[in-house]
Amino acid sequence: MSERNRAGIRLVDWFVWSGATLLLVYGLVCEAGAATSSPAAVFAEECGVCHVAYPGNLMQAADWSKVLGSLDRHYGVDASLDPQVLAAVASHLRVRPPATKAGDSSEALPRITTSGWFRREHDEVPAKAWSSPAVKSAANCSACHPGAERGDFNEHSIRIPGEVHHEHKRED
Amino acid sequence: MRITLSTIAALFLSGALHAETPASLLQSYAGEAAAASRPYAGPSTSAGDRFFHQQHKDWSCASCHTPDPRRGGSHAVTGKTIQPLAPSVNPARFQDRSKADKWFKRNCNDTVGRECTAAEKADVLAYLISLGGAK
Repeated sequence: MSERNRAGIRLVDWFVWSGATLLLVYGLVCEAGAATSSPAAVFAEECGVCHVAYPGNLMQAADWSKVLGSLDRHYGVDASLDPQVLAAVASHLRVRPPATKAGDSSEALPRITTSGWFRREHDEVPAKAWSSPAVKSAANCSACHPGAERGDFNEHSIRIPGEVHHEHKRED
Repeated sequence: MRITLSTIAALFLSGALHAETPASLLQSYAGEAAAASRPYAGPSTSAGDRFFHQQHKDWSCASCHTPDPRRGGSHAVTGKTIQPLAPSVNPARFQDRSKADKWFKRNCNDTVGRECTAAEKADVLAYLISLGGAK
């Protein structure tokens, strides 16, 4: 092989390897981006996509464990997650990631809305407010707590749909 | 040199995995469908349309995504807003294989009572891609 051909191959080799390195770096950056999302961000994204991303302190750790251990039967729907994502959600809720199948399938899932503190806090809410189409479900915190998505359940910002509010004017 | 080329090919593939488009995802589901059953006629827009609107058990895809996937819907239980599914009006859709797989798995289990086949996913995706802009 002539010296000139060799030089040509070396040049091609150089370009090929540079390209490979760039692609590798790109791939790693993508992977790192996906893997380093904070547990709080993963929780907000994965849980908040279907319902209010309920603050972790609204339920006991043992109850969260039961919920995370049966995400494939999540209050009537399949909400299963990849193990890696599930681990991030568990970390945000400060519980151990559940084993493949934790909990008894016949066991009723704990609910924030049936806990003693929830009932006490909501005992003044009229029955017709719960059945209002704007509320739909007691799980729909945002219907009355406009800041629920941000974890703000301040008593002064409550707006029950259909009720006259003296403190706040409706903007719409 | 041979090693170099195969390395490049592998790296290129791993890089490409991060950049899905609705069309590449459709191609990939159709490829799986072809591998699973031969002969495979390819994705069918009309079959996807039927599957999307068909009442399976209690629900159809349209129960939450509305009969027109170019419109936003709301979650059957929680009422939370669901952004439009058709990529023509919502370019954020079908950009990520793992996200698409996650939702097909969940929603097929809820709606059809089992996981969807690759052919069914390809049909539905072909139907969604076929929808133009909002009415």
